[in-house]
Amino acid sequence: MTVSPDAPHDYPPGQHPSLPPPPTSTGIVGWLRGNLFSSLFSTALTIVTVWLLWLLISNLADWMLFDAVVSADSQAACRALDSGACWAVIAARLDQFVYGFYPEPERWRPNLVFVLLIIALAPILYDRTPARKQLLWFSAAYPFIAGWLIYGGIGLTVVPTGMYGGFLLTMIIGITGIAASLPLGIALALGRQSDMIAFRILCTVFIEFARGVPLITLLFVASTMLNYFLPPGTSFDLLVRVLIMVSLFAAAYLAEAVRGGLQAIPRGQYEAASALGLSWWATTRKVTLPQALKISIPGIVNVFVGLYKDSTLVVIIGMLDPLGIARAALADAKWNGLSTETYLFVALFFFVSCFAMSRYSMWLERRLARGEAQ
Amino acid sequence: MTALAIWRQESTRFVALQIGGVLLIFALIAWLLGNVAANFAALDKTFGFGFLWELPANYDINQTLIDYSAQSTHLRAALVGLLNTFLVAAIGIVLATILGFAVGALRLSENWLVSRLASAYVEFTRNTPVLLLILLWHGIIINTLPHPRQALSIADSVFLTNRGVYVPKPLFEDGFLYVLAVFFAGLGATWLLCRRQRDTPARRLSVAVAGVVFSVALAAIAFFLAGNPIRFETPALRGFNYQGGLSLIPELVALTWALAFYTSGFIAENVRAGIMSVDCGQTDAARSLGLPRIRILRLIVLPQAMRVIVPPLTSSYLDLTKNSSLAIAIGYMDLVATLGGITLNQTGREMEAMLLVMAVYLLISLTIAAFMNWYNNRVRLPGR
Amino acid sequence: MKRILGIAAAGLLLAGHANAATLDEVRARGHLQCGINTGLVGFAAPDDKGVWRGFDVDFCRAVAAAVFGDADKVKFTNLTGKTRFTALRSREIDVLSRNTTWTFSRDVDLQLTFIGVNYYDGQGFMIPKKLGIKSAKELSGASVCIQTGTTTELNLSDYFRANKMTYQPVPVETNSEALTNYLAGRCDVYTTDASGLAATRVATDNPAAHVVLPEIISKEPLGPVVRQGDDQWADIVRWTLNALIAAEEHGVSSANVRKLATGTSNPEIARLLGKSELQGRARLGLAPDWVVKIIAQVGNYGEVFGRNLGPDTPLGIARGLNGMWTRGGLMYAPPFR
Repeated sequence: MTVSPDAPHDYPPGQHPSLPPPPTSTGIVGWLRGNLFSSLFSTALTIVTVWLLWLLISNLADWMLFDAVVSADSQAACRALDSGACWAVIAARLDQFVYGFYPEPERWRPNLVFVLLIIALAPILYDRTPARKQLLWFSAAYPFIAGWLIYGGIGLTVVPTGMYGGFLLTMIIGITGIAASLPLGIALALGRQSDMIAFRILCTVFIEFARGVPLITLLFVASTMLNYFLPPGTSFDLLVRVLIMVSLFAAAYLAEAVRGGLQAIPRGQYEAASALGLSWWATTRKVTLPQALKISIPGIVNVFVGLYKDSTLVVIIGMLDPLGIARAALADAKWNGLSTETYLFVALFFFVSCFAMSRYSMWLERRLARGEAQ
Repeated sequence: MTALAIWRQESTRFVALQIGGVLLIFALIAWLLGNVAANFAALDKTFGFGFLWELPANYDINQTLIDYSAQSTHLRAALVGLLNTFLVAAIGIVLATILGFAVGALRLSENWLVSRLASAYVEFTRNTPVLLLILLWHGIIINTLPHPRQALSIADSVFLTNRGVYVPKPLFEDGFLYVLAVFFAGLGATWLLCRRQRDTPARRLSVAVAGVVFSVALAAIAFFLAGNPIRFETPALRGFNYQGGLSLIPELVALTWALAFYTSGFIAENVRAGIMSVDCGQTDAARSLGLPRIRILRLIVLPQAMRVIVPPLTSSYLDLTKNSSLAIAIGYMDLVATLGGITLNQTGREMEAMLLVMAVYLLISLTIAAFMNWYNNRVRLPGR
Repeated sequence: MKRILGIAAAGLLLAGHANAATLDEVRARGHLQCGINTGLVGFAAPDDKGVWRGFDVDFCRAVAAAVFGDADKVKFTNLTGKTRFTALRSREIDVLSRNTTWTFSRDVDLQLTFIGVNYYDGQGFMIPKKLGIKSAKELSGASVCIQTGTTTELNLSDYFRANKMTYQPVPVETNSEALTNYLAGRCDVYTTDASGLAATRVATDNPAAHVVLPEIISKEPLGPVVRQGDDQWADIVRWTLNALIAAEEHGVSSANVRKLATGTSNPEIARLLGKSELQGRARLGLAPDWVVKIIAQVGNYGEVFGRNLGPDTPLGIARGLNGMWTRGGLMYAPPFR
């Protein structure tokens, strides 16, 4: 028998107005019950997790923030002031972490390059940028402009590559590697799919070789052996050799990601294009490659993020990337022993940039999927 | 045929392009090798692998799974390095799999807090460079564990120091062989009995359990009859370090832990993608049959998910093995550190040493890739 | 990019000229490319402003002063123990000034030329004082931090085997890693050249808490290195070192070199500073006042030593074997005649 709490009359069957849901299943309380306390096991898990989190965060916060020292002259001075982390080493060496040993009067050049990078990336990454077509021309010219600004040459004093270090070096290796490996990787993927046996074999051999060896061995080759492959008396700069190796390495992984996309395209697309009389190049350029790239965006961004993180390996061949600067700082009599602080700072930098890249890729995927939704 | 005619017709164009491409590549390779020969001649270098077995290594290695001394050859040093690589890879793979599967399952938990924490874990491990994690863990380990003279001890037989973790080493005497034989005989008999119960799974399970318990009991009796043929060598502090027992150097611990930590993030994502790829209709049907959640996972979801999980899983394992080459950064003597490091430096044979190192890694990768192909072919859904 | 193409083109033209003269290369480049340590206090370490300073750094500057007349025309390449020789042989650097020990195998088998010894050193052991060890013979079973790819590694193995002792090696790549491990207690003993030990001791919080054991178990004559086969360049670098030593022997320092260059009664100093003709100097392509430039901008050997390693620095190393031959040391330059 239905009971209506407010109205004085009976309702015909099926006409009773809906009652509000029980108060314990909506709002905050409802959410808590559903997500955190849904069963006995879940409740226990929540309590244990909250307690562990509390322990971890309070201790970490004490060490990292409340007891930390931000400005001091040396580690001994830090210890005298407080017992937490000694971030003073970062403050004292911040210039080196960011620019390496780039001479101070010329530091406006890397700054300018960074600003221009944002402008150059905007039309590529975001399709609703104003004046996109014009900016794309700028993006195409950007690598040369940036190279000229950073290295010098006409009109600017030359800054040799041995002086680049810190985050500047990471960005140089990362961005150049990404830009150079993308066309190469796509070419390799197309070659591996090709009907021409010779190219297919050559591309497969190269890809399997590059994917089978660790990057550090290729970097050792770059630093010790690559000069033997050049005519006697010539030598490339170490940074150029490293960029070549890193790009080739990333191109192989990229080729596999793009190949996955190419294989995911239904055969009907190839057949329809061939029925329309499109040549191989026209088919690739207008039909298959756009679709393949769209499908393999997560894979491609994974490769890019991996390349960016792998740029830290150059510390092992003696280049001063952020890890190398951290070690050089630890070699100084004043700052020895602060390995945790310096490494955590570098970790923070990488975490922020890699996280941004992967979030961008997720946004891009959603964006492109929206375009496809009917 | 004129060049234009060759270009116009597709079949000949194909052949011409391929011949041209191959010739170009060969010309490039010939030029590169010619430069190498010229450079070597100018520097009076020779190319040959004789140094591996002719020269003594002259350096000591801190962790050797086989006999090795400073007078052994470079080849033996390389072998020690290779075994160290395999050790790190094996332990790392096991740890990473356990962690990865656990975190992947937690990510799908109904508890919001737990799944968010698992997400945060995955994001953290996937966005930090592995070299950084290795250096960080190494620094933490050697700075938090105490000096041998103030070692942490568990039950006075396991010792934790910043030189390593020391556990008692079991020394097997002759009688132990019989104990092992008895145990395996019992297991074999159990297996045979289980095969006969193929059609009744419930009875098979109870037969299996009973069989194993019985084998253990028999082995224990054999143990006592043989006069307790096992001795433990406990580590003891003598002078500077603990001697005796089995030891795990902190570099090994830091390396395996950092690699496992790093790779578990990727594995967790794979596991989550795999589990989510199983049609939810399967879970719905299982629930409507009244199966509890754990059995749904074990009997229905996981077997189907494995098809999607295993290929990226093997490539994660391969990545872990290749990342173990970063051991050189903390002083763990793996293949790259012995052959590609100290040997390369002391003998000056960069080309030979590096070629050998790359060839070994290539062999490992190709083996794992071949296994993956075989597995894919075995579990492939027909018609796809 | 242009530079690469230019060098590649020049290289193709020069293909076949394997021993291009280093002096011409350096002159064409406009600066000296010098290989130094990645960070060793006293020998090569960056200060807070990122300027590299040290004993080895000063030698590089001296060579730059000799060739260009300007000690600042030098750029540095940081090299680990592993990469130093390949960088030199592949022409990436012109001279290696990185506390490198002169040994038979390096000279002969690796085809390098050591142009002299600028620091007579020996391998020693450093240990925390509280362990109470008084001699290296008591070190059996210890964990020893050792830099890979160095002669110290080989000497350590030989010494412990000869004295029937065992040890646990803790391999590291650089000095700063070694220091980190040593201070954390990962190893009991740090072994390297005694000068390196002094530098490392200084880098600790409390140098007095660490002691260098009395045993010196090897000879480590440290000196700058150049490629084999380029005698002109080797001569320039060798005689730069000799000029530094000879200047101290004859009392020429950065304070009085300019005055002595205008006029002196000592014929050896006159030849050294270019006041009278030094037969053969033109063959090396050096200016007559090349030594004046060196001493004025860098100082003589004693000044270089005192500025970087001497008793007034935190390292506080005594001259000892590195003193002048006239005062019982081994620093002895051939005559400038």
